[in-house]
Amino acid sequence: MDLGNINPVLLVASLMISATPILLAAIGEMVVEKSGVLNLGVEGMMITGAVIGFIVAINTGSPLLGFVIAAVAGAALSLSFGVLTQIFLSNQVATGLGLTLVGLGLSSLLGKPYEGQKTATLPKLDIPILGDLPVVGRMLFSHDIMVYVSLCLILAVWAFLKFTRAGLILRAVGESHDSAHALGYKVVRVRLLAIMFGGACAGLGGAYLSLVRVPQWTEGMTAGAGWIALAIVVFASWRAGRVLIGAYLFGGISVLQLNLQAAGMTWGVQYLSMSPYLITILVLVFISSNRSRSSHDAPANLGQTFHATR
Amino acid sequence: MIRLEKRPQPSRAWTVATPILAVILTMIFGGIMFSLIGTSPFEAIRTIFWDPLFHPQFAAFSRPQLLVKAGPLILIAIGLSIGFRAGIWNIGAEGQYIIGAICGAAAGLALYPMESALILPLMIVAGALGGWAWAMIPALLKVRFGTNEILVSLMLVYVAENLLASVSSGILRNPEGMGFPGSRNLSQWSSSQNLELIPNTGMHLGVLTAFIAVILAYVLLTRHIQGYNIRLTGEAPRAAKFAGVSPARTILFCLGTAGVLAGMAGLFEVTGPAGQVSIDFGSGYGFTAIIVAFLGRLHPVGILLAGLLMALTYIGGELAQLMLGVPGASIQLFQGMLLFFLLGVDVLTNYRVRFGASEVA
Amino acid sequence: MIRRTLLATAAAGLTLAFGAPAIAQDTTKACFVYVGPIGDGGWTYQHHQGALALKEEYGDKVEIAYQESVPEGADAERVITQMALSGCNIIFTTSFGYMDPTNNVAAKFPDVKFEHATGYKREHPNVSTYNARFYEGRAVVGHIAGKMTQTNKIGYIGSFPIPEVIMGINSYYHHAKLANPEVELVVTWAYTWFDPAKEADAARAMLDQGVDVITAHTDSTAPLAEIAKEGGSAWGFGQASDMAAFTTNDDGTPGPRIASIIDEWSPYYIKRVGALMDGTYEQIDSWAGMPEGEVVIGTMNDAIPDDVKAEAQAMIDAITAGEYHPFTGPMNKQDGSAWLAEGETADDGTLLGMDFYVEGITGDIPN
Repeated sequence: MDLGNINPVLLVASLMISATPILLAAIGEMVVEKSGVLNLGVEGMMITGAVIGFIVAINTGSPLLGFVIAAVAGAALSLSFGVLTQIFLSNQVATGLGLTLVGLGLSSLLGKPYEGQKTATLPKLDIPILGDLPVVGRMLFSHDIMVYVSLCLILAVWAFLKFTRAGLILRAVGESHDSAHALGYKVVRVRLLAIMFGGACAGLGGAYLSLVRVPQWTEGMTAGAGWIALAIVVFASWRAGRVLIGAYLFGGISVLQLNLQAAGMTWGVQYLSMSPYLITILVLVFISSNRSRSSHDAPANLGQTFHATR
Repeated sequence: MIRLEKRPQPSRAWTVATPILAVILTMIFGGIMFSLIGTSPFEAIRTIFWDPLFHPQFAAFSRPQLLVKAGPLILIAIGLSIGFRAGIWNIGAEGQYIIGAICGAAAGLALYPMESALILPLMIVAGALGGWAWAMIPALLKVRFGTNEILVSLMLVYVAENLLASVSSGILRNPEGMGFPGSRNLSQWSSSQNLELIPNTGMHLGVLTAFIAVILAYVLLTRHIQGYNIRLTGEAPRAAKFAGVSPARTILFCLGTAGVLAGMAGLFEVTGPAGQVSIDFGSGYGFTAIIVAFLGRLHPVGILLAGLLMALTYIGGELAQLMLGVPGASIQLFQGMLLFFLLGVDVLTNYRVRFGASEVA
Repeated sequence: MIRRTLLATAAAGLTLAFGAPAIAQDTTKACFVYVGPIGDGGWTYQHHQGALALKEEYGDKVEIAYQESVPEGADAERVITQMALSGCNIIFTTSFGYMDPTNNVAAKFPDVKFEHATGYKREHPNVSTYNARFYEGRAVVGHIAGKMTQTNKIGYIGSFPIPEVIMGINSYYHHAKLANPEVELVVTWAYTWFDPAKEADAARAMLDQGVDVITAHTDSTAPLAEIAKEGGSAWGFGQASDMAAFTTNDDGTPGPRIASIIDEWSPYYIKRVGALMDGTYEQIDSWAGMPEGEVVIGTMNDAIPDDVKAEAQAMIDAITAGEYHPFTGPMNKQDGSAWLAEGETADDGTLLGMDFYVEGITGDIPN
């Protein structure tokens, strides 16, 4: 084994790319969960975003437009979940699983004619000065625009939840929908908006897979990324900054284990692959045993159905 | 303005009518989908819902296969529904199912090639214990630390899948398997095989156990104090506490039951229809069972019917692919639609739709 | 054993009930069970191409039916049985995991022919097995890789450490080494047959460590797309299917896919169904390769210098003519112990159960 072969600069650069789809999906899901809704259909929304983004990019030649429409498609699909759970008051867990089925089926039907095609992908940005810096230039400032969009989104969500009135309402709705309702907030409307935001982010994440990460469309190409996004939200204990850490950790471990293999390590690969999930469980235990410190983080009404009786 | 008013009691008429309504809606929208992809909608719907039961060529085979396919779904869903009733959301049955299969198979394979009638019972116990132990992780964490069981049980699914990949190419790998991953075939070793008890009925031990579980769950929920406590905990947690129901005991009981049943389901699959522990063993039954539990309205008899309906769409979907050449994805979408409609129309069971101005927006 | 008796009764009952699908046979019905979607661009796609070629060859005399994404395990046996019931005369089950289900169903339908790809169990007279000598293709691309690498580091993305893949690694490395004694091989295991993002990550990890020629033993085109990002300083090969989309870049320069190993199943499917129709069908264990046209090297693009192309073509011709076996001694095992003496060729049994690397490969086979 020769660890000297692993170049840390390239490792970080490649993990940023590798983590972007799950980062996008996770930050969206975090907002959804903050509003008290558990949407297990991330995988279905991601793959719908992947196929729609790809189709649009092929037909218009513009990957950026692909991302925009993918976000719209993700939001539209998530709206079906929103209507069922918020208006028809169906169970969120079962509806989320159904959303995954619908997304997987729909995407492969839509994508059939596009299999095996190549699309234009996003160029790497040429950032003056920063991009020319030694080490960090290659590591952090030589990516495509969506990498920076995803980072900005983290910042935006953090600021939104922390500083804005709307963010406060969103958290209040997730914390106690009955109290929020009593205060006159429109619980259902807030949740529907959050769900659509989550869908749009998942759509972007999926489009990043099909337009940048592996520029192609193949049935089932998300291969479980949506489920990892769900794990990241928990790992992050519903904090935007930690979603970033979580996504880079999950993405990083996958990239790292492949790099270790390429450098000659042959044992323990599966154990390394399952470690992020075990770490997530430990984090969960830790935050729940420290109720006093983190009680604000986990939305108290997560996954519960809300019906205004009056 | 349309608004919903909660019924004091779920409507009996709608309880029966909503599934029928949902199936009709699915047929309409699914039919539109099939005609869009160029298949005759009537033929497609007939193939999915009618042929597995009555087609002269297939029915004799597929009727019992409905039981084989539905068995594990029903068994797992029964366990889950008990927890769901109490407001305990175990969504990690897939993990408990996998671990049950691994533990049961390991217990049996440790004795290979011994021949004894005691091996299969031993494996069943080991499988049940494995599923139970895997479910106890979220249960104990919830009792001790208040950790969210939805998330822990989901995380443990991924851990279980990684373990499955590890053991099927590692310690449980068939030494005579030419180096391919996957264990010995347990359905071909007479000590461990779980085959049809009565030929051409589909009735293997797992199906039998599923039926027994339906009956026991029914008795538990309607006749037993523990069942009453569970329902009370779900509907009015505070009242349950005042009535002296221990939340910790309820959590341990519900998750434990779900784990035992899921573990047994895994064991019955691995010794019967699946035959071996392999990387692809976990085929999503644990998640599909969640759907089945909700389709069955968390009621044992409902789950029995929902499991059979789900199995029907699987087998009918396969026939539609084979006979009509429709893509597999359209069947997936069709199942998704069915689920959405079933969940959506259920609102009519518990709520009354009122037209008119509402007092609150 | 009571249960055994029950089993026998059950089998007999099934045979009685549906033993002979009583349908008038004007056409021969060939059915295919696929492990992935037909649009996977790799393994299943190629089998489906073979099925379509079969239809093309015989026209109205043959009817084909298939089912995609059939999970290996409990569902497979039911799917295969339904095919037999639907009147299929011959059923091709195209993944290793269908081995036991195929044999189980074959016992119940003695009049239906079963063909299982990549397995080794033929428990009933109506079960044949077939596979292709992909290591012949690996030898050719190994030679090209050895000649093309500038960094002297070549890579191999493995799926699972099974004999099939180890055989491919050894053949690839051995011929790269013969072409370029300085060459060093890097192996990464993806532990999946299909996960585009992970396959891309694996390619990226190797590229970052200075590997500049990569072959994949997984199904998607993701590694090629990743190699394309190097902009002409690294190369790869199409795997299973031609992956022709990567042969030429949009600006007309040679793309990252410099050649490919194509699984060409159509000769076998045409031959077997033809034999069934004219009554010459027999149970076989087929392991064919370049001579039979089942392993094909796709067009070499212009990134490969002409002399290397000529050498590669010479190797293809020699293998096709049966003059050259890619595992010809002298070859040693990884630990230095002798395996094949000068001029000795490997026997099929050793290859099919291959669980060792050849001399020169570093690292261990994971278990």
